[in-house]
Amino acid sequence: MATAIKPTRMELNRLRARLKTATRGHKLLKDKRDELMRQFMLIVKENKELREKVEERLAGAMASLSAASAVMSPEMLEQSLLYPKRRVSVAVKYRNIMGVTVPEYDFHTEDGGDALPYGYAMTSGELDDAIVGLTRSFTDMLELARIEKTVQLLANEIEKTRRRVNALEYMMIPELQSSIRYIRMKLEENERGNITRLMKVKDAILAEAHGYDK
Amino acid sequence: MNPSDYKLAIVGDKDSVTAFKALGLTCVAAESAEEAARALRDLSAPEKRFAIIYITEDLARLIPEETAAYREITVPALILIPSKSGSLGLGLELLTQSAERAAGVKLF
Repeated sequence: MATAIKPTRMELNRLRARLKTATRGHKLLKDKRDELMRQFMLIVKENKELREKVEERLAGAMASLSAASAVMSPEMLEQSLLYPKRRVSVAVKYRNIMGVTVPEYDFHTEDGGDALPYGYAMTSGELDDAIVGLTRSFTDMLELARIEKTVQLLANEIEKTRRRVNALEYMMIPELQSSIRYIRMKLEENERGNITRLMKVKDAILAEAHGYDK
Repeated sequence: MNPSDYKLAIVGDKDSVTAFKALGLTCVAAESAEEAARALRDLSAPEKRFAIIYITEDLARLIPEETAAYREITVPALILIPSKSGSLGLGLELLTQSAERAAGVKLF
C-alpha cells in the first residue's frame, strides 16, 4: 500500500485526481447497478410466472402425446409429423437496457392453412390435442425465451457492476485515501522539521552576532 | 422467410421433440450427453442462424457446463423446457440462481 509512494506534492495531486475520478465512477456505477436492479425486479417475477405456466401447458400437451403414441404405431406417428406445413421464423431485434443488449423476437409463422400437417384418417384424436396444445403454448414459449434471456443477461451485468462498485468502494477508494493521508502527514512532518531547523539556525546566527552565551 | 431471419430449434429425446415439428421448429433428437452437446454445438454455429434453442431439462442436466456458457451470450438463447416425463424444476432452479446472484439475496 503506502510503501512505494513518494511523499511529494506532485504525487499528492496525482492521487487526489485519481480519488476524484474513482469517487465519481463509484457513484455512476452505483446508479447503474440500482437501475439495472429495478429493471431486473420488474421482469424476474414475470419470468417465474411465465415459466410455470409454460411448464404446466407443455406437460398437458406431452401427456396427450403419450396417449397418442399409445394408440398409434410409432411409424404412423412419425409419418404424420414428417412434413410440417407450418414454418416459423424469427427476426431478431436488439434493445438496450442500461448498456445491456437484449434480444427481442419478431415471429412470423407461415401457415399452410391448417396447423395439423396430416389427414385425419390414420391419426388419433389425442395427436390432434397434443398438436393444438403445443400450438397454443407456443406463443408463451417464445415470450419465455425473450424474457428469460433478458433476465440472464441482466443478472450477468448486475453481478459485474456490483463487483466493480464493491472494488471501488472497499479497495480503491480507501487505498487512495490512506495514501493521500500518508503523503500529507509526511509533507507536514517535513515542514515542521524545516521550521525547527530555521529556528536553530536563527539562534546560532544571533549567538554569533551578539556574542550571546546561550 | 427473409434471409436475415432466424430459425428455432429444439433438442431432446425423440418422443418429446417430434411433435414440435408440426409447429415448424427444427427438431434434433439426442439421447446421451455427448449427442446433446454435439447437437448444441452444431445448432449454435452462427451460419446456422438459430435464434432460440429449446432443450429438455433431462438433457440440460447432463451437460451443465455447455448450457452455462449460453447464459452469457445473446444469440442463440438456450431455453429449458420439460420433457415428456414432466418438469424437473431445473429451469426454475436456474432462474432462482440468476435472481439470487443478481440481488445478492434469495428472492423466491
